[in-house]
Amino acid sequence: MEKKLIRKNDIILLGGLLFVLAVITLIVFLTRQAGAEVVVSVDGQEVAAFPLDVDTTYEIEGAGGGRNLLVIEGGQAYLSDASCPDLLCVHMGKISRAGQSIICLPNKVTVEIRGKEKSEEYDTIVG
Amino acid sequence: MRKTSKLALYGVMTALAMILSFVESQIPAFVAVPGVKIGLTNIAVLAALYILGDKGALAINFVRIVAVALLFGNAMSLSFSLAGGMLATIVMILLKKLGRFSATGVSIAGGLCHNLGQIIMAMIILNTKAIFWYLPVLWLSGILSGFVIGIIGALVIRRIPVGKSDF
Repeated sequence: MEKKLIRKNDIILLGGLLFVLAVITLIVFLTRQAGAEVVVSVDGQEVAAFPLDVDTTYEIEGAGGGRNLLVIEGGQAYLSDASCPDLLCVHMGKISRAGQSIICLPNKVTVEIRGKEKSEEYDTIVG
Repeated sequence: MRKTSKLALYGVMTALAMILSFVESQIPAFVAVPGVKIGLTNIAVLAALYILGDKGALAINFVRIVAVALLFGNAMSLSFSLAGGMLATIVMILLKKLGRFSATGVSIAGGLCHNLGQIIMAMIILNTKAIFWYLPVLWLSGILSGFVIGIIGALVIRRIPVGKSDF
């Protein structure tokens, strides 16, 4: 009457999902390029862009009056301070490769690194 | 099962899910990626699915999400929990119906879908594709936590003799 804790099908499912994960990770890893530009968006709208190789700081005005402090330093971008209570975006650390991003959900802020080519061109190639 | 004992059981399971949800919220994030969680609440949902059935699991998880959001969260956390929780519960119900997987396999799919639902919700709210980058990390965390929670859940289900007797 006792059912098995793990059945053969569970292992197949686990293996299959891990395989798909590996493929996705590989694709993400292989299509990565060196970052060139830091793009700041609030609520889906681009509000600012900075070159990654010039050190600067910028205060982002988020949705609902929230604030995040963006720092670009030595080819890396990070948020050094934020008005939100959990500061998850600050703990996300530094980013430097194309496609990487830092998000702050309470302020609806995304900081994204872009490669040398414009992402619009990339989109048209993909279709 | 009599109506009264069924009602009491629903209440107890909902309370359990809420407590686990609260306990989980007190555990500090150990990875700097939002959404990486142990998924303790899923022990209660998984047990509800096998003890009370499809409707029971769906109802308990829905009430739990709304109640927890009202007590500790906000509109934003509600929309995230709903997207993840409801997608996970529906997929778990479907997988259990298939009958090919044990509670562990069902839980793995649940963990994965929970994170998938949340990231889709985040893409809608933030209106960006940029966070798709987090998918591999969240996918892995969903699979692993779903696996561990599934084994714990299966052990719990075995030990609760509901359904075999009529109280």
